[in-house]
Amino acid sequence: MSDVGENVIDITGLVKRFGSRTVVDGLDLTVAKGEICGFLGANGSGKTTTIRMLCGLLRPDAGSGTCLGHDIITGAVAIRRDAGYMTQRFSYYDDLTVFENLDFVASVYEMPNRRAAVDGMIERMGLKDRRDQLAVQLSGGWKQRLSLAACVLHNPKLLLLDEPTAGVDAKARREFWDLIHDMAGEGLTVLVSTHYMDEAERCKRVVYLAQGKIVVQGTGAEVAAKSGLITFEAVGGDVDLAARKLRHLAGVESAAVYGLSLHVAGTNRAAMQAAIDSVAIDGMAWTEVAPRLEDAFIHMLSVKGNEE
Amino acid sequence: MNGFSWRRLYALMRKETIQVARDRITLRFIIVLPIMQLFLFGFAINTNPKNLPTGLLAAQPSKYERTIVAAMKNTGYYKIQILRSEAEAERDLRDGSLLFVVQMPPNFDRAVDRGETPSILVDADATDPTAVGNATGALQGVIPALTRDLPANRRAQLKQNPAFQFVVHARYNPEQLTAFNVVPGLICIVLTFSTLFATTLSITKERERGTMENLLSMPVRPIEIMIAKIVPYVVIGYIQVLLILICSTLMFGLPIRGSVLLLLAALGIFMAANLALGVTISTLSANQMQATQVAQMLIMPSFLLSGFMFPFRGMPDWAQFFGEIFPSTHAMRIVRGILLKGIGVSEIIPELWPMALFAALIIAVAVYFYKETLD
Ligand SMILES: Nc1ncnc2c1ncn2[C@@H]1O[C@H](COP(=O)(O)OP(=O)(O)OP(=O)(O)O)[C@@H](O)[C@H]1O
Ligand SMILES: [Mg+2]
Repeated sequence: MSDVGENVIDITGLVKRFGSRTVVDGLDLTVAKGEICGFLGANGSGKTTTIRMLCGLLRPDAGSGTCLGHDIITGAVAIRRDAGYMTQRFSYYDDLTVFENLDFVASVYEMPNRRAAVDGMIERMGLKDRRDQLAVQLSGGWKQRLSLAACVLHNPKLLLLDEPTAGVDAKARREFWDLIHDMAGEGLTVLVSTHYMDEAERCKRVVYLAQGKIVVQGTGAEVAAKSGLITFEAVGGDVDLAARKLRHLAGVESAAVYGLSLHVAGTNRAAMQAAIDSVAIDGMAWTEVAPRLEDAFIHMLSVKGNEE
Repeated sequence: MNGFSWRRLYALMRKETIQVARDRITLRFIIVLPIMQLFLFGFAINTNPKNLPTGLLAAQPSKYERTIVAAMKNTGYYKIQILRSEAEAERDLRDGSLLFVVQMPPNFDRAVDRGETPSILVDADATDPTAVGNATGALQGVIPALTRDLPANRRAQLKQNPAFQFVVHARYNPEQLTAFNVVPGLICIVLTFSTLFATTLSITKERERGTMENLLSMPVRPIEIMIAKIVPYVVIGYIQVLLILICSTLMFGLPIRGSVLLLLAALGIFMAANLALGVTISTLSANQMQATQVAQMLIMPSFLLSGFMFPFRGMPDWAQFFGEIFPSTHAMRIVRGILLKGIGVSEIIPELWPMALFAALIIAVAVYFYKETLD
């Protein structure tokens, strides 16, 4: 049964409807062993729904595939044993302590040397000082840590993380991702949904979802290149004013301010150049830069929207 | 490859137990509430009311009547007033301003003297059986009071033909449910709440908080979740039953005529039926609010029709039919029978199997509808 092969996740044509709404619409997804795959998409694009279908919590209306070598429809029980799923919402027990929550998870998975495994995990996640605190008393970031600790406790081969760092501070987020990379180095496969672009950039591969369909996927550089975007950056001068003006001009798909710099993206070089020239602001210096992942996604989305 | 596992069940049960034990407020209610209720209802058991309003209807003047009325007053239970008409008697009895109406038959004196044993009819408002029970019991003591007034020849034949007799007619509550019935009723109510409600809420709570999604993503079988939800509440239920029994024996002198073990075993089936119902309700409802509504919708009629509030045989046929379906009806009879009448296994079987059947059917429904997925 455990002949996983190359792809830990391998699904085709996945469809999920709620009533008359198609929430996941013919999704094909493959994730290779040891890969960290970023799962991106706007709110309501179907990320959580897809992840739930992967671990057998929702029944797909169509489509087939395997997860960890088990059929996603008939092998749900086996998948659950070997996968760790971290829900979007904190879903451990508020009225149990950190230790009790982890101990509960360990015993549900019937782990040998439960005590040692739990204590080890508490140590590894830096939860030692909070070992006997009720989960309800933890702050959001610590809750996320507890959740991650709980879902990797049983040494899963696949991690399905649904926005694991929502509401977590920058340092904790960095640690979180270091940890995920460490575990991936040990052979763990990770599918992680996120809204943070910096996190997307730390993924080996990203999959961008819109309305239940994959819009684009590949490495960060591939996605950016595929978009065919040209981006210019400007510093100095009143970037806010420039952004306001540029946004409405032909050839400019997006004009966004990042701190002191202005980022303009489009596909038509000549039109963009003309637009930039028309908004002459003193002291503003322009350079062409590589497109950001975020620009690429926004572009993909608008193209997608125009096609329909 | 992934069947039922005792170890997982144990893990789940331990988690439930910690959660229940940590919910101090609920726990306090679970212990305190039954005792409070027992005290509340207990006053009904303990009272021995005196000077009860009594109306006297006399067909004609009678010399013996004076002696009898005086003797009745002397018991301390009766506060007698003269009534003018039967209509008045009927009205006062109905509106509760009189608890008794004493009717002297026509030609009472002559009948006594002739050696007949005429009957004095006592209509009693038996809606509250304890209130009238002691008073009617005291009536026997009134009969000898007439002896001194009787002529010598009549006195001689009192052995064969008593001078007269009282015929008590219990109105409104012909079964004369004794107030000890409060205890069986209380046991059933308390158990229903702490089993049916508790499991219903604890399962819907998991769903509302999202912990069910997490639980289902682990290798846990639905049957294990259900059993783990049920067992702690069975233990709590038993603690409550024992508390009620101990308190009512110590404080109110409740007789326990039958086997306590048999009682607990039968109540186990009653709890199983309620718990299964709880699981089913929570499976079919989306949130705690809905679940509570549905549970209440079922609990109210099950008590109203169980014979706790109204005498069962006094209900219309359709109500009796529905009453027979609910486990609480049978549990009530079993508890009453074992505690007050001391009945044994063979006598409770007719009440046991409908309860067991109900439990089995509901468990089947619960298992059928229990969702291993979220949709
Ligand atoms: N149980 C359900 N019943 C009906 N509709 C649902 C259900 N679950 C999800 N949906 C709908 O399906 C769509 C996709 O939801 P999903 O939670 O998968 O999105 P998401 O990509 O995870 O979004 P977010 O980034 O906000 O978490 C949403 O429009 C949501 O309203
Ligand atoms: Mg989501």
